[in-house]
Amino acid sequence: MSGREVALIAGMTAVTFLVRYAFFALGDRLAFPPLAHRALRYVPVAVLTAIIVPMVLLPDGTHWQLTWHNAWLLGALVTGVIAWRFNHLLASITGGMLVFFFYRWVTG
Amino acid sequence: MPHSSHPRRRFEIWIGARDSLPMLLGAAPFGIIFGTLAVPSGLSAPGALAMSLFVFAGSAQFIALNLLAGGAALPVILLTTFVVNLRHALYSATLLPHVAGLRQRWRIPLAFWLTDETFAVVQLRYAAPDLSPHKHWYYLGSCLAMYGNWFLCTLVGVVLGRSIPRLEHMGLEFAMAATFTGIVVPMLRSLPMLGAALAAAAVALAARGLPYKLGLVLAALAGVVIGVLLEELREAS
Repeated sequence: MSGREVALIAGMTAVTFLVRYAFFALGDRLAFPPLAHRALRYVPVAVLTAIIVPMVLLPDGTHWQLTWHNAWLLGALVTGVIAWRFNHLLASITGGMLVFFFYRWVTG
Repeated sequence: MPHSSHPRRRFEIWIGARDSLPMLLGAAPFGIIFGTLAVPSGLSAPGALAMSLFVFAGSAQFIALNLLAGGAALPVILLTTFVVNLRHALYSATLLPHVAGLRQRWRIPLAFWLTDETFAVVQLRYAAPDLSPHKHWYYLGSCLAMYGNWFLCTLVGVVLGRSIPRLEHMGLEFAMAATFTGIVVPMLRSLPMLGAALAAAAVALAARGLPYKLGLVLAALAGVVIGVLLEELREAS
């Protein structure tokens, strides 16, 4: 590894770690006000939805695919329906993946 | 780290790793592709492995390769890394109430290993009604699985080089989308949560052209704001 590469990796390691650790470092010393507490409860739903929706509606990253020919959309819908109805994570993932891969296999 | 001989702790580690399994599958192609692209982008093979070992942040690693291949200067790459990883600050703020009581020797590695995938399953574990005092062992189990998987996949990519055909067309990434969907959908049972999801989706779609995951951060913030507003409105009425 060159000196430049070592500097790159060391720098990226430091930056990434500091972003992840800043809040954890404070531990007990940081008590969020009630509004922040309330707001943070929406982070998981908001961020996970924001990751999934573009992946599923534009699988190639550029073109909208709002059709039944979109295996991503079909698989995610099946996952969602099973999750909603049975509230069982593993069953919903398995069901969605079966539909996704079966559909891709059938449509080649 | 404390010994894990306690059977409850070992069980939590195990289910943390097990629950992360679909996401290991989803992350695998990215790890392998990162490994195959590293050398052509100008990173050495040991450099690629070191990056997966020490930085451990998929999106930031890919963007760094891109910038490296384009001849970007070091400060530019570091600033970009910071922006791409901003969402992790949101994750650690969300998890803080659960880890605040842990010692630094726990909080340091758990912060180092915090990823999208681990956040997704760990927040679900912390939200579970049981009062297990060992939920951080679940967190650790998810981390170790994701970390080992990411390093091994990078290694496979570096060793095999460009000889893996059509890996990016196999659709393994769908495993991650399915896991996140399975986690999110049951949470949408209240109007504020549903509003938060819709707002986040709309902003994520509208802002998907923004570079460096900025659209994701904006979408998350929009979802949070709408969720809180709807909650306040409901309480006021």
